[in-house]
Amino acid sequence: MIRAALLFCLFALPAAASTEDIVAGLSQNRVSITADFEGSEILIYGAVRRTAPAPEGQLHVIITVEGPATPVTVRRKERTAGIWINRESVQIASAPSFYAIATTGRLKEILSETENLRHQITIPRAIRAVGISQQAANAPEFLEALIRVRESENRYRLNERSVQFTQSTLFRSDVVLPANLTEGLYRVRIFLTRDGQVVDKIERQINVRKEGLERFLFNLSRDQPLIYGLLSLLIAVVAGYGASAAFRLFKR
Amino acid sequence: MQIFLPIADISVNMFLLLGIGGVVGFLSGLFGVGGGFLITPLLFFIGIPPAIAVATGANQVVASSVSGVLAQLKRKAVDFPMGFVLLAGGMVGSASGVWVFARLTAAGQVDLFVQLSYVLFLGLIGLTMFWESVIALRRTRKPGAPIRRSHTHNWVHGLPFKMKFRASGLYISVLPPLAVGALVGFLAAIMGVGGGFIMVPAMIYLLGMPTKVVIGTSLFQIIFVTAFTTVMHAVTANTVDMMLAVLLIFGGVIGAQIGAAVSGRLKAEQLRILLSLLVLGVAFKIALDLLLRPSELYTIAPGLLP
Repeated sequence: MIRAALLFCLFALPAAASTEDIVAGLSQNRVSITADFEGSEILIYGAVRRTAPAPEGQLHVIITVEGPATPVTVRRKERTAGIWINRESVQIASAPSFYAIATTGRLKEILSETENLRHQITIPRAIRAVGISQQAANAPEFLEALIRVRESENRYRLNERSVQFTQSTLFRSDVVLPANLTEGLYRVRIFLTRDGQVVDKIERQINVRKEGLERFLFNLSRDQPLIYGLLSLLIAVVAGYGASAAFRLFKR
Repeated sequence: MQIFLPIADISVNMFLLLGIGGVVGFLSGLFGVGGGFLITPLLFFIGIPPAIAVATGANQVVASSVSGVLAQLKRKAVDFPMGFVLLAGGMVGSASGVWVFARLTAAGQVDLFVQLSYVLFLGLIGLTMFWESVIALRRTRKPGAPIRRSHTHNWVHGLPFKMKFRASGLYISVLPPLAVGALVGFLAAIMGVGGGFIMVPAMIYLLGMPTKVVIGTSLFQIIFVTAFTTVMHAVTANTVDMMLAVLLIFGGVIGAQIGAAVSGRLKAEQLRILLSLLVLGVAFKIALDLLLRPSELYTIAPGLLP
């Protein structure tokens, strides 16, 4: 009970003290992965609503878009008997399948470390890697590798100064969702910061779902794997038979 | 045009997949091979995860084998009892292959194992094929060279549990066909291939079957073993991508028919050398991937909570 009250104070205080809050919207709150899905671009826009004149200090906006998190295994190859083989591995409890950050300024300058810790904004903070140091001698390298690989796949992105912020009031940013998207609920968070402190934050959601044939095939393969397997076979047999029959007709 | 594969969870160019299916189908029609041993590595190269490439490759082989066996059935070139014995072995081999595959996936070594199998078998077949065609080429130039006898008595004929195989004109133990079937079934599950390249020579040289029933009987067995493998992979690991399979099959069956139509008009021996070079090239590329230092030492796989 006391803990709950404390927590409430912790979150309520800054919000109560603030005279600025965010009003925001998304160009779309659903993304459909269909057979011809090539990625998608989402416009995140909004404004700062003030009930009093703006206090001193430059105002900044940080936007994060976070895909559903899953546990991952990171493995490292080592040369053994002349060939490169997976050797050491590290289990990471939870890493987002997608994570993009867009800001109005350099993240280091507009966000203090304590606020980062509290809201878990930067990429390394968004990954929950508890107890990995027991799993391998150089566990942090595995974490860096995870971030590096996912950055190269366009899954993790840090775009500093990519948010347009007009007269410290209107902001907008485009977030590109790549074609290799994992389905689920994507969390969009918008933070308003001043002097490294978070002034206000809001959360929105984007629902990313496979649709149509993609949805049907995916569900069938998980819910009825036997029927799915038999259906794959049926298609193969019909295609094999059909092709030779068609060509026999064609030859005549 | 990009197409999103629902199980592999990646977006790939549709025409690239149709093209791979078509080219491999053409080669398989031309040479009478299943093509699985080319399709699966090509899928690796374009970034399809190995587990999905193998399972979907097996599905594609079903289609090309059905297409091939129909012609053989008409010629009465299928030895059914032999086919069933091979099949019994094949089921056991395939089931154990799927099991080994799942174990290796969990241990993170499946890519390595699949790649090593490919280097070994493609290298072996490529070399044998190359050697055979060079010899055949020489023989056509130099008539009067000794011809090898196909049916010779060897240790195989001393084993128990003998059975009559009328279409093949054989009275041999069921143990060797069971073993050959099991090996091929295992390879089907691990490599996503039909295994004709192992079975055909084994049937001719080890079992002493007459050449005229070998192709039909092996295709007959391959259909059922790859079908079984496809369903096993679909059930145990959800790794069959139907969208991917349909595109490969569509390209493949068309390519195969064209290849079969063209094969009569071309000089088989020179083409066989080309195919063997292609097979060796693929083996070499996979071997190189294993031997050279990869640009990224770390790989990421979906993990389980400890």
